[in-house]
Amino acid sequence: MGPIARLGEYTLYYLYDLGRMGKFLFFAVRGLFARPFRLVEVLRQVRLIGANSFVVIFFTAAFTGMVLGVQGYYTLRKFGSEGALGSAVALTLIRELGPVLTALMVTGRAGSAMCAEIGIMRNSEQLDALVCMGVDPFRYLISPKVLATLLSVPVLTQIFTLVGIYGGYLSGVILLGVNPGAYFSGMEQSVLNQDINLGIIKSFVFALIIVWVCAAKGFYVHEIRNAGFGAEGVSRVTTQAVVLSSIAVLIWDYLLTALLL
Amino acid sequence: MTMADEAIIELVDVVKSFGSQRVLDHVNLRIPAGRTTVIAGGSGQGKSVSLKLILGLMRPDSGRIMVQGKDITSMRPGELNQMRLNFGVLFQGAALLDSLTVFDNVALPLRERTKLRPTEIRDKVFQGLEQFDLRGHEEKYPAQLSGGMKKRVGLARALQLEPKIMLFDEPTTGLDPERTKEIYRLFFDTQKHFGYTSIIVSHDIPKIFNLADQVVLLNQGKIVTFESPEAIQLSAGSATLDFLSKSMGDVYRSSELEGTL
Ligand SMILES: Nc1ncnc2c1ncn2[C@@H]1O[C@H](COP(=O)(O)OP(=O)(O)OP(=O)(O)O)[C@@H](O)[C@H]1O
Ligand SMILES: [Mg+2]
Repeated sequence: MGPIARLGEYTLYYLYDLGRMGKFLFFAVRGLFARPFRLVEVLRQVRLIGANSFVVIFFTAAFTGMVLGVQGYYTLRKFGSEGALGSAVALTLIRELGPVLTALMVTGRAGSAMCAEIGIMRNSEQLDALVCMGVDPFRYLISPKVLATLLSVPVLTQIFTLVGIYGGYLSGVILLGVNPGAYFSGMEQSVLNQDINLGIIKSFVFALIIVWVCAAKGFYVHEIRNAGFGAEGVSRVTTQAVVLSSIAVLIWDYLLTALLL
Repeated sequence: MTMADEAIIELVDVVKSFGSQRVLDHVNLRIPAGRTTVIAGGSGQGKSVSLKLILGLMRPDSGRIMVQGKDITSMRPGELNQMRLNFGVLFQGAALLDSLTVFDNVALPLRERTKLRPTEIRDKVFQGLEQFDLRGHEEKYPAQLSGGMKKRVGLARALQLEPKIMLFDEPTTGLDPERTKEIYRLFFDTQKHFGYTSIIVSHDIPKIFNLADQVVLLNQGKIVTFESPEAIQLSAGSATLDFLSKSMGDVYRSSELEGTL
């Protein structure tokens, strides 16, 4: 095959892939409104995606906050403004690190699991079996995961931010001796509603990216090019899903910051 | 059987290829209503693919697939879904949902597709489990079952909605001879009771012929239909025998030697 033909073929494949992703999202969202609604499954997924990520999120947030406290302290001290430590730590966490790191942790923990689970179900014909029983796999399987991720990630993000702020307090105030009153009052003055909203919007967008990319990759494991078959196919596609989802989160982080700030 | 029998499923000039491999090559097939059709043929000859085409899980490259007089290749997804309610399917690998217990697997079609109350569902499920000798295993997960048990759970699940058409992909592969006989008796009884049309893919030649009203042999993309198992014997010595020994290989010959046909 000549280079032009190959380029054409790749272009067509990526267009097809894009269309498939769009279709996937459409069906997944439509499944949210179809009856019967699977409340129990949604709660189970909230536990898997959300509650089980709590410990990871807690430790990541605590140490991220502590590092921010130390780094912020030494940087701000050069300008003699250690008092601004609280607002520096809080703004960084609320606007950037809270949403982004939570999304990356959830991608690694829950997104990969989701992709592998759905991929295995595809390969062992469980999805075909659902279809044959007249059960829409989107409503039954995908939509509860979408809803659970959209519920869990924003909550985890808020937890991350809160824990991170106390981590910064621990290193900045308790260990390095910044004035505790200044830490929190500086925060109160500098953090605006706009910053908090930006963080919340990001957390929802990232949640959607994670569940969309990871679930769709698993769902189409049999059609994804060069992924191989069987267990190998699932493992490759899971890796792809984690990488793609992480990159997409970082790109959208930049875009949302640039657009909304 | 005569040609006057109404065909509930009809494949008309169906072609199906994967890449350069042509699996079905202008195949024509009529499945008479209320009867049992056995599909036999060597491994990889397209038996499972034929079933998937009939279920609309795959699309043919060309040709029509008529189910109850309607061409499913031109159906919208909603119609296709409705059409599938006529089918009960046993997949080759049973395709049980890994994350559900035996009980929940068998209950799934009832919960999702009927408005039965939980107690009624319970009764029906236990009845089905009883029938397939699975009582006491209802709390187990598919990963904790033997291959034969999975098949039996799959059968119990497929029969729950009392479908008009049953598709069995190798229902007895992996079962011991006693169990196989038992399953055949169940087929016979349930079909008598529900009057469903059944299509059985099987390697269990010649025993499976006892159940067959019509036998279909698949070989190298072509099919030959015999209007009765006896017709196969009658055509012995002709081109058919050639076809048989090619497609069935030693299975057919050794059974012939035993004189069990
Ligand atoms: N999704 C697919 N992609 C590519 N090739 C496929 C696919 N499904 C089936 N095939 C090919 O089509 C041919 C027929 O497969 P099929 O599963 O129908 O065989 P079979 O007759 O059911 O065999 P067995 O008795 O071993 O189950 C095989 O050669 C297989 O490699
Ligand atoms: Mg097969």
